[in-house]
Order: sequence, then C-alpha cells, then structure tokens
Amino acid sequence: MSIDQSTAAKVAKLARIKVEDDALPALASEFNTILGFIEQLNEVDVEGVEPMVSVTPMRLKRRQDEVTDGNQQDKVLANAPDAREGFFAVPKVVE
Amino acid sequence: MSDLNKLGLAEARDALRKGDVTSVELTESCLRAIDEADALNAFVHKTPEIALERAKAADQRIKGGDAPSMCGLPIGIKDLFCTKGVPSQAASGILEGFKPEYESTVSQQLADAGAVMLGKLNMDEFAMGSSNETSVYGNAVSPWRRGNDDAQLTPGGSSGGSASAVAADLCLAATGTDTGGSIRQPAAFVGITGIKPTYGRCSRWGIVAFASSLDQAGPMTKDVRDAAIMLEAMCGHDPKDSTSAELAVPNFEAMLTGDIKGKKIGIPKEYRMDGMPTEIEKLWAEGAEMLKAAGAEIVDISLPHTKYALPAYYVIAPAEASSNLARYDGVRYGHRAQLAQGDGITEMYEKTRAEGFGHEVQRRVMVGTYVLSAGFYDAYYNRARRVRTLIKKDFEDVFAAGVDAILTPATPSAAFGLGEMTEADPVQMYLNDVFTVTVNLAGLPGISVPAGLDKQGLPLGLQLIGRPWEEGDLLNTAYALENAVGFVAKPGKWW
Repeated sequence: MSIDQSTAAKVAKLARIKVEDDALPALASEFNTILGFIEQLNEVDVEGVEPMVSVTPMRLKRRQDEVTDGNQQDKVLANAPDAREGFFAVPKVVE
Repeated sequence: MSDLNKLGLAEARDALRKGDVTSVELTESCLRAIDEADALNAFVHKTPEIALERAKAADQRIKGGDAPSMCGLPIGIKDLFCTKGVPSQAASGILEGFKPEYESTVSQQLADAGAVMLGKLNMDEFAMGSSNETSVYGNAVSPWRRGNDDAQLTPGGSSGGSASAVAADLCLAATGTDTGGSIRQPAAFVGITGIKPTYGRCSRWGIVAFASSLDQAGPMTKDVRDAAIMLEAMCGHDPKDSTSAELAVPNFEAMLTGDIKGKKIGIPKEYRMDGMPTEIEKLWAEGAEMLKAAGAEIVDISLPHTKYALPAYYVIAPAEASSNLARYDGVRYGHRAQLAQGDGITEMYEKTRAEGFGHEVQRRVMVGTYVLSAGFYDAYYNRARRVRTLIKKDFEDVFAAGVDAILTPATPSAAFGLGEMTEADPVQMYLNDVFTVTVNLAGLPGISVPAGLDKQGLPLGLQLIGRPWEEGDLLNTAYALENAVGFVAKPGKWW
C-alpha cells in the first residue's frame, strides 16, 4: 500500500490539520515509511483471534443515572480562547 | 546537613521524622539546585511558592505526629499531569496558557500523602517521543556526558525532564508516564529507577491522554525502595477512571526483603536482537547470573510475537491519539489561530491544529486518522488489536508455566546525542522502545533498574517484567538485582 499526495491531503483534511501543498510530498513519504513498517503485521496468522478490547478483563461498572457534578460554568469557561456571555464563542457555523 | 537535594525519598523521610531536617530545608535545597540547573531545561514551570507553602504545612504535620508516607518530600511533576492553577501543557503549543481548574488524581494523592510539588517537568509533546526533542519548551538535557566530550545527550523520552531532574538531584523523585516505554527508557538512560505499574493501578484521571489503553503513570526515583514508597502513594482505585482497578494497594516497601530464592526468572530469546551492542548483551547475561547467585532459577523462554509489538503499537497508539487529540480544537482551552476574513469553523480547526501541534504529533494524529479511516479499519486497526491479543497471550503462557518475572535489557543502546537522530526516519527513533513496548501492550508491570556503565561512561539499564498486579513481588526482585549490581555512579556536575 502506497500513499500518494492526494491521499495525504485527504488524511490531513480528515484530521483537521492544515498542510500546505508543498509539504505534501514529504508527508506522503513519511506515511509510506511508517506504513511500510506496519505492513509486517500481515505476516501474523490472526485467524480466529479476537481483537483486544480491554487489556485487563473487566466489566465496565454501572452507576445510578443521576447528576454528580455541575454548576461550574465559570470554571468550564475559564480557559476558553473566546468566551462570551457564558458561552464558548466560535466563528459562524451556519450560513 | 548539606546537599539535602541529593537524598532519596526513604533517607529524607527518616531524617524528617527524626527531626534532623525540616521539609522547608529540603525544599529550599532543591529549589536552589533547580535554579542552578536551567542548562538542563528539566523544570519548565517552577512553583517555589506552592512548594514552600506545602513544605511548611508538612513540617507542621510532622511536628504534630501526623506524617503520611510522603510527608515533606519534594518532588517534580511531569507536565502531562493537570495541576490546579499551574500551567499543564503536555509540552505542547496547543495548550499554551492552559491552567486546569482541577488536579489529577495521582498528583492529588501525592499531595494528600504530604509530597511537596517543586514544579512541572519537561517531556516530549503529548508524550510522543523517545528523546525529549519534540517539546515546545525545547530539549531537556541529560546531566550525563560521554567522558570529557561536551556534546549534549538526550535524557530519553517521553519523561525526559523527570529523568534529568532526578539524576541531577534537582528533586528527590518525580512522576512519569509510560505509554510505550516513557518511564523505563529515560530511567535507563540516566541511571535511575522507573516503574510502570499494571494497567489500571494508577488512575488516569487528569493526566492528558495520549493512548488511553496503554497510558500508565509511575514513579521515577533514585532507587528501588523509593519506587516502592512513591508507587504506593500513587496507586489506588478511582471512581473517576472507569479502567482503574478496584484492588487493595499493598505496602510495597514492606515486601522488599531481597529474598528471591526459588523465583523463576525467564530470559526471552526473542529479545536477543541482531546488531545489539555486545555491552548490552554482556550486561544482560551478568544480570541473569546475579539473580541466579541470589537464589533464583534462570529459564529460557520464548515470547514468539515480540517482533510484531512495535508495528502493532504504531497502529494502536496513533489511532487512540488521533481520537484523544480531537479535543484540541481551539474552542475550549489553549491556543486558537488568528483567522482571516471569511474563515469559518473548519478553517479555525485546521489552522489552530497546524499551529498548535508539533511535527511528530501531527504525523501520529494523521497516521491514526488513516488507520481508522473507512476501508483501512480492518486491515490496520483490527489486525493490530488481534496481534495485541497474541502478544498478551505470549506472556500469559510463560506465567502459566511458572515464570515469576522476565529479565531483558531496558533499551537497545545507551543515550544518544541530542540532534543525532534528526536525519533518521521516524521508525529509527521508534526502535528505542523495542524492549519496553510489549509490556504496555500486555498491560503488565515493568521496572527499569540501572545495571552498569558502557565504555563511554554512560548508564545502561535492565528491565524486569512482572505478573499483573504483582508489583510488590516485581519490586522485590528488582531490589535483589539492585543489591547485587551495586550501581552508585552519578554524573559529574557541569551545569
């Protein structure tokens, strides 16, 4: 499997990371090095082997469906780059 | 007493309780050492006011006869831990200015145990790296040098600042985190002890997430006894981390008898790599001889899927990272890019993440995005998770055959020079973790113990891998090895 520049551009888009066009060839080449390394996994016979979900066998615990936390709007917003009137502010989303 | 910063946790604890020193004296000694060591770039956010305030409180508690296990002991905290009101950036530009409104469970437990926080420690960005060269703060530098050569060496990574600070006696001990070897590799590079406990022993709550199924916190200390003391303070069930284990935490220090008679120690043949330096091969053989002389039985074992651990890791870890790091979007905390006229929310995400993430983090997020994308999920991600099942089974099989612990080298080489790997492709850097990454994939406890110096005078470490939840037994085996090795070398002060 070889990654070309258009695939690299698509992956960057999916990851929401802006990559300039002139950086795409180097990026595609790095992907290919890493994926070449990962290809070794194809040598392993995984027939009938379950994909690992949890490294320690455990059932996730359940709890009562009730409010355990809240009423800290100021703390939640304290680190926001742009907070206004008790909300996170972002550029216009809907036209 | 002079040079109080050079004490270990156990020595300092005993001196505090005898009334020979105060926590304020210990803390001031460390703060002086930190201020003289800016050349190491280990402490990246210093918190002297918090330190002295906690030291005074600790002295009061000791005087009142109410001294918990870490009372008055000054330590450093890796920048990956959220600490209330103190910058916690994971060494990333994207968390510039972030001051959490809460404290991570592990750092809170240490504070509750009386520990004194001196400041935050350098690391690779989001713990992605093996040399501390991906940090937004710049490289952390090892206190060690190759003889009289003044070339700067890496303290390892990702917990490079923690390693450098403990080895240079800037603090008595430090927290680290380990996703693929990030406690054990730096510990080995600077001649200190580092343990990654069983997955689930330490709460991950409030630790900036890299790869959630692999991340574990652990102590980095001057010896095995200190590791036992500090690990006990860090461990325990936390309802805020659903993967944290509901198990009692034993008194690890009380389990250090040094008696390992009859223990079965496995030597895995797959860890004998082509091109491994003869010094490391020799160190490994000597370590096995020492454990044998202490009464252990040495057995050859096989962990047949070892070779596939690193490639599986470089699917699973980036996949989880791409998901975990999706939260850095310029909305809720940290950096937001300046937007141009007409830019919408997608441009805001893309520009913010391009500016805020460093090169290695961007690369891993994108690799993770690729292996999780439609059409490749089965071929890469699910296949890697199947291989992970097989890697874990390798260990289960040898433990079922009666093996108590496994002895391996900690790293495939001694510390390298900062900048020496810049031209290498990323996979070359990833090979640093070849002996440690299996342990994360299998969720097991692993400890790195300093075991000797190479011909350039640099530390080398050995790793012991234990059964799940048996950190006490593992620490005791490490203690026996430490006693036999008698490692006392320290770096000469040049900074």
